Amino acid sequence: MQDFSELTAFIHSLLTQFLPEWAAVTVECVIIAVCLLLAYSLLALFYIWFERKVCAAFQCRLGPNRVGPWGLLQSIADMFKILIKELISLKHTDKFLFALAPYLVILASMLSFAVLPWGNGLQIIDFNIGIFFLIACSSIGVLGILLAGWSSNNKFTLIGALRSGAQMVSYELSIGLSILTMVAFAGSMSIGDIVNAQANGWFIFTGHIPAVIAFVIYLIAGTAETNRGPFDLPEAESELTAGYHTEYSGIHFGFFYLAEYLNLFIVSGVAALMFFGGWMPFHINGWDSFNQVMDYIPSVIWFIGKAIALSFVIIWFKWTFPRLRIDQLLSLEWKYLLPINLANLVLMVCCIVYGWHF
Amino acid sequence: MANIQEKIAKLFPEAAFEEADTLTVTIPDAQWHELAKTLRDDAEMAFDYLVTIVGMDWKDSLGCIYYLDSTTHNTHIAVKVIATGDRETPYIHSVSDLYAIGCIYEREVYDFFGIIFIGNPDMRRLFLSIDWKGFPLRKDYDMNPDINPVPHENERQSDYTYTYVEDADGKIVKEEKRVFAEDDFVVNIGPQHPATHGVLRFRTAVDGETIKKIDVYMGYIHRGVEKICEMDTYPQTLHFMDRLDYFSAHPYHHCLCMCIEKAAGIEVPRRAQVIRVIMDELSRIASHCLFIGTFCMDLGATTMLFYTLRVREQILDIMDKTCGARMTFNYETIGGVIADLDPDFVKDVKALLEILPKNIKEYNKLFTGNVITRNRMEGVGVLSRKDAISWAITGPSGRASGWACDVRKTAPYAVYDEVEFDEIVRTEGDSMARFKVRMDEMEQSARIIAQLIDKIPDGEIQAKVPKVLRLPQGRWYQTVEGCRGAFGIYIESDGGTSPYRLKIAPPCLPLAAVVDHLTEGSKIADLITIGGSLDYIVPDMDR
Repeated sequence: MQDFSELTAFIHSLLTQFLPEWAAVTVECVIIAVCLLLAYSLLALFYIWFERKVCAAFQCRLGPNRVGPWGLLQSIADMFKILIKELISLKHTDKFLFALAPYLVILASMLSFAVLPWGNGLQIIDFNIGIFFLIACSSIGVLGILLAGWSSNNKFTLIGALRSGAQMVSYELSIGLSILTMVAFAGSMSIGDIVNAQANGWFIFTGHIPAVIAFVIYLIAGTAETNRGPFDLPEAESELTAGYHTEYSGIHFGFFYLAEYLNLFIVSGVAALMFFGGWMPFHINGWDSFNQVMDYIPSVIWFIGKAIALSFVIIWFKWTFPRLRIDQLLSLEWKYLLPINLANLVLMVCCIVYGWHF
Repeated sequence: MANIQEKIAKLFPEAAFEEADTLTVTIPDAQWHELAKTLRDDAEMAFDYLVTIVGMDWKDSLGCIYYLDSTTHNTHIAVKVIATGDRETPYIHSVSDLYAIGCIYEREVYDFFGIIFIGNPDMRRLFLSIDWKGFPLRKDYDMNPDINPVPHENERQSDYTYTYVEDADGKIVKEEKRVFAEDDFVVNIGPQHPATHGVLRFRTAVDGETIKKIDVYMGYIHRGVEKICEMDTYPQTLHFMDRLDYFSAHPYHHCLCMCIEKAAGIEVPRRAQVIRVIMDELSRIASHCLFIGTFCMDLGATTMLFYTLRVREQILDIMDKTCGARMTFNYETIGGVIADLDPDFVKDVKALLEILPKNIKEYNKLFTGNVITRNRMEGVGVLSRKDAISWAITGPSGRASGWACDVRKTAPYAVYDEVEFDEIVRTEGDSMARFKVRMDEMEQSARIIAQLIDKIPDGEIQAKVPKVLRLPQGRWYQTVEGCRGAFGIYIESDGGTSPYRLKIAPPCLPLAAVVDHLTEGSKIADLITIGGSLDYIVPDMDR
């Protein structure tokens, strides 16, 4: 399995030959930022196309099929359209907060990108509190949504923002606890350590029952966290027209739209990291030749492939289930998911202490 | 009917009787409220269902004709009340305390005729803007566009409503009160809103997510169909029926045709009768398909829409081949149908009947059993049988509350008495029951079509109708089972070529009126569920 850290070390040494240390680091930062932005927009474009195709398949339609082969260029055309659209400025709004909100939302998902394990050695920063950082970052997003709803000075957006606030605060608990369960199993918060601990078997297999429970809860809470159906109450179009982003237009709306898809990727990416071994290939103990074949697939493809497969499940939810009501949504979290989660954490701890795992 | 007449004559000596299409009682306004109370509460009469209020302008006087039905005895009666007071301020006593739907029906009469109902808690205009000058259905109404120009500014809105009450000396006093409390957080759901199914506005007072009160604001698609009909000849009036319930136009067309045929004494050929019934039932399947699709979409299950539209498309294609249109068919005509069936018709319908059960099974699998669906719909917006009758909620929504109100069974028309089908009645009265009733009705409609499709008799499709059709003097009322409830047409003729008064009694007006009653104390999301499950359609209520 190729190690990207060799490549990055080579770039670093190359740069330090010509530049002083601080300048080299600055240049690297810029390169990373450019790569990140590129990955960000490419992924978003892909996801928009992917969701449309998947949704169309569920609905017995073809989906986009005119622009480019299989409609691949459709999302690029749409992105271009959004870029050239007018930013409508509204009277009686808090101009600064109104403009700030979409950036906060996009910032939150951008920051989370920094700690995702893209491939073997291909990680921007490997904290010892990586997972903690990830959860903290994703919480900034709710701030942006609340701001958007409040500053638009519109009753629908306000209700949407309040719903979103209640929903995200509640479901963050579930996300946190199910991740905590896996962190306890891995024994580390560092993302690199978590991935490496899954070299001989992904957590979903080695952690068996508690890991599966944690995964199911994580998937439900993750769907809620990204405001996607059946938990899309903050933007429930049949109730609140478009929820918190009703008043946004042009690229500001585009940011919300983009962030929604990127959050989908992040949630699936974290699920891949915590339960399906991050970039680790699929290995079966004892099947050496099989394992070697698996090793030939690049680690980046492993990670992104897993994330997309999990996203497919979340998209599948959206196009199958009707939407929940706000009280049902909250009782699902507080009455069911949270107690199950706490019990599951205890179960996991027992498994670890008594060594009931593989 | 004779003993009812005797009984009323004994209690109310002033009452005059007239045996027309239905037994008509004429009563002075002073005794009207008392009579209404007797009619409703007397066990022998039990006229508990207010079908419609027809406002009338007889040139020398204004008044109303109330059509009442008894749900226990299946009898009908009409009560004619002439307004007191002068033409400027005519008064009639309100029956909104006896019949819940009375409130909105009286508002409609007030809007068109200016008759003030004493005791009605909400005496505002219903369809027209509050600054409208004149009362359009009065015979002396001035249609000059300068009087009511098209506004170029926002319509004036008012937070106040009025009540007229009689004080101790019998003087009528106008009282003003707020629609909402002063510090209510009022959200406008509509007129442009994805879930109002047309241009309808719910002014919703909410407390957080909980609904406190809803004020239904309609009239955005009001086109004055009744007024236009007064200026048209009878064959011309038919075209407007397609534009009321545009999702299922056949039954409405059928109703007006039947009413005119009844009045003119035209015998419709049997072939046309059978074709009409098949078309009605195809419409019903198409309409219920659309209901299921849009209702599920309101609940967030977008995928269902595409599944149900597939079947609807197939039906619309069948219609297209025979009627030449997909929505505004204009197919039934006075004395029969306008064109013969397409040669492929029988084959196409049989193909539809074959795939339909499979599709219904698929809908149930995808949606009905889902736990989220059940949580969203079960126990939401429960309407009791008594309330359903009082609010005049007919059709599938009424039957979901346990009220067997299917006109095809209570007063069979065309060939409905010759076919076998079950009237679907459920007792839960919640949104789920309303949904399931429609699901099951599709199967029953298919059953009716299956019985008729092989037995379409040969022969004429149209009776001989005079070129210039004049109806004799008199009045007629005809009801059919539309896809959303009982649809009624009232025609009063003065012997001319166009109706003196043509009143349309749509099923959707009560459906929209009852939303406030059903949503009190529930969540915003429930408003969408309840509104969707009632399946009202705005052009029908606005007319």
